[in-house]
Amino acid sequence: MDVSQYLEIFIEETKEHLQSLNQHLLILEREPENENTINEIFRAAHSLKGMAGTMGYKRMQRLTHDMENVFSEIRNGKMKASSSLVDVLFKGLDALENYLSNIQSEANEGEDDNEEIINALNNILNEGLGQAPTPKAAETAKEVITPTAQAVVDDKLKYLNVKIEEHEKKAMVKAGMLGLNVIGVTVYIHEYCVLKGARAFMVNRTLEEFGEIIKLNPSAQDLEDEKYDYDYSAFIITKESPEKLIKVASNVSEVKEVVAGFIQLPSAEVESYTAILKQDEAASAQPQSAKEANSLKAGNAPAAKQAAKPVANRSVRVDIDKLDVLMNLVSELIIAKNGLISISSEKEIMTDNNFHEQIEYLERVTTNLHESVMKTRMVPIESVVNRFPRMIRDLSKKLEKEMELYMTGEETELDRTVIDEIGDPLMHLLRNAADHGLESNADREKAGKNSTGSIYLDAYQDGNNVVIEVRDDGAGINTEKIKRKAIEKGSITEEQAQRMTEKDIIDILFQPSFSTAEQITDVSGRGVGLDVVKTKIEALGGEIEAKTKLGEGSNFIIRLPLTLAIIQSLMVIIGDEKYALPLGSIQTIEDIPVTDIKTIQGKEVINLRGTVVPIIRLGNLLHCKNREVAPEELLVVIVKKGERLAGMVVDELIGQQEIVIKSIGKYIKSHKIISGATILGNGEVALILDVNSLV
Amino acid sequence: MAETKQFIIAYLNKGQFGIDIKYIDNIIVMQSITRIPKSQSFFKGVINLRGEIVPVLSLRNKLGMDEAAHTSKSRIIIVRPESGAAPVGLIVDEVREVVTLEQDSIEKMTYDDKDEKANYSIGIGKYGNELINLLSVPSIIIEKEQ
Repeated sequence: MDVSQYLEIFIEETKEHLQSLNQHLLILEREPENENTINEIFRAAHSLKGMAGTMGYKRMQRLTHDMENVFSEIRNGKMKASSSLVDVLFKGLDALENYLSNIQSEANEGEDDNEEIINALNNILNEGLGQAPTPKAAETAKEVITPTAQAVVDDKLKYLNVKIEEHEKKAMVKAGMLGLNVIGVTVYIHEYCVLKGARAFMVNRTLEEFGEIIKLNPSAQDLEDEKYDYDYSAFIITKESPEKLIKVASNVSEVKEVVAGFIQLPSAEVESYTAILKQDEAASAQPQSAKEANSLKAGNAPAAKQAAKPVANRSVRVDIDKLDVLMNLVSELIIAKNGLISISSEKEIMTDNNFHEQIEYLERVTTNLHESVMKTRMVPIESVVNRFPRMIRDLSKKLEKEMELYMTGEETELDRTVIDEIGDPLMHLLRNAADHGLESNADREKAGKNSTGSIYLDAYQDGNNVVIEVRDDGAGINTEKIKRKAIEKGSITEEQAQRMTEKDIIDILFQPSFSTAEQITDVSGRGVGLDVVKTKIEALGGEIEAKTKLGEGSNFIIRLPLTLAIIQSLMVIIGDEKYALPLGSIQTIEDIPVTDIKTIQGKEVINLRGTVVPIIRLGNLLHCKNREVAPEELLVVIVKKGERLAGMVVDELIGQQEIVIKSIGKYIKSHKIISGATILGNGEVALILDVNSLV
Repeated sequence: MAETKQFIIAYLNKGQFGIDIKYIDNIIVMQSITRIPKSQSFFKGVINLRGEIVPVLSLRNKLGMDEAAHTSKSRIIIVRPESGAAPVGLIVDEVREVVTLEQDSIEKMTYDDKDEKANYSIGIGKYGNELINLLSVPSIIIEKEQ
């Protein structure tokens, strides 16, 4: 079978399963008795093994198989999930991840057999059990044979005449070993039923609530296409009795009759399959892998239904490039709409109410369209942060510090492109917090703190921004030390240091010169690669800020824009030029009499309801033409960045407008305040001012 | 037959300058240019070229000549320094004709590293009795790292 076309799906799904295993193992370590978790782990490991087998990755399959054995014993209550056991299992997961990354880069799993891990797993198995699993085999064999036989061969029991395939038989025997029943069902639909396909689908769905349909005759596709008379048969692996299934299936309307009974294979066959399954457990992956293969082909509807959760059924995987194209088209549409609006406001057409209404309608539609496209690009941050608990656990062992990671807001959504980039900076911050932020357990106790350190990762939406905070309750940043080091290094003078606020000092940490020098560890431990973090976040259009309190911990706050391409802006005029200010950062707009402006240390400030706010004359900064008559009142746009405010002086306000951000290219070098350009309704180009960068 | 190259002749301060047509995307009439504050002085700003933001530079300024007011003959030549690179507009006084020069009639300039302005030229072309300064588009647009 040529499986290369499924490689991408395999990689995606393997990633998901590995992630799920990672998560649940962490839970298992804490709650060894949690049955749901064990089942979830078992399920993921089993699918993983089946998939690896189907794709022909033998080493991966073998390792998963041995891990699955251990999971199986845990599930059967024969072993306890001790910390050392979990360690080995985690090592196994890492090895699997290595296989996967090999597959991703070279399309083969590599040469590493990971014998060590496999041996460790087998040792655990032998120690933990001390006895061969023979009794289990006897038990299962008994169970398959015992079910009450419905000896009466009834014409109606058509399922008895259905030919059962090899791998299905194996699945049945396997089910028997797990203590589940295999039940055959024949469903008769009323002759007057108009939508036979839909009816069959409803019955199957009802049945699936109670078990797993392993075979349909005719096939699911034929059922759907109504290529059957008025009856069909199904085989179900379930915990329920035939009577129960008959009852629920009969409840579906337009079902005339349902017959069902236990299925038993000839005992000779059962024994031979049991033997095969026991001898070579790898073969048990067969029904699973066959199922997976089927679900990949997507032709076999019931199998596909079981492989994916109902939620996944309602989603499609879309190439991000296609979404980019869609987003660009929406941008063009918004520019065209802005053009229409500007024409309508110039011409007399405006007086035509109908035209006006239509324009407003168009505006609503484009805004909604933009929002919807934006939402399709949004991914919960969970996909990035869910690997962190594992990382903190490892760090905790490595650094020999007790610590816990608390995460909230994993469901917060961000643009896909941002999600792809945000992982590394966050990891960096968490490592910093674990390594340098938290004190050793002994030091913590001395300081009267809980000996276990806490790291918090909180994500939430705040207006047009998504905020991610990485917090710890460690020692905090010693600003005095930073100050001294900075003076020593010559990056600031003694005088400057005198005038610097706590905030300015912390900002030094984000300077590149502070990242590579060895003194960092002497200074505070902070600053390792913080400039890289900052650069990355700024490249994403976001910003980072740090707060700290000596002895109580530090907090790194990242703000990211919800969207990258289209924003709401305030259009203003400075001199005789139009500029766009992103609405997200604007707090208020004030009329300030010129006489209210005070000068402190050579900087102009105003007193805004008790807060001293520095003002920036954008006209001077951008070398715009000055107005001939100096106005008596200044129009000041108050901008907020984190906790800081600043006032931007503009000459005129035009109004709010939705704009599409375009780059001005790499050839022109200009002030950092110019973050891009946009095309206005009349075709003019207006520059976008990133007023935040001035605050 | 010797190899030939085609050049568009642009006028700057009455001098003739040739631009290899392989770089040229388009020639457009003057448009309203949005000034970019605090940029390099030769960059006049950006224009909207069918929905794309394109920076434009004054070739007079770049080549060290005095700026002149734009007239109805002024043109913006849209060029790409490399295929696939973002376009840039060059403001010239006038665009007249396309000439075909044989490789023999192009005289390579002696290379002088100290004179940056000379680096903007790839040579002098002889066309009839006229001499044409042939410009190197990439070195005009892409600034050397300092």
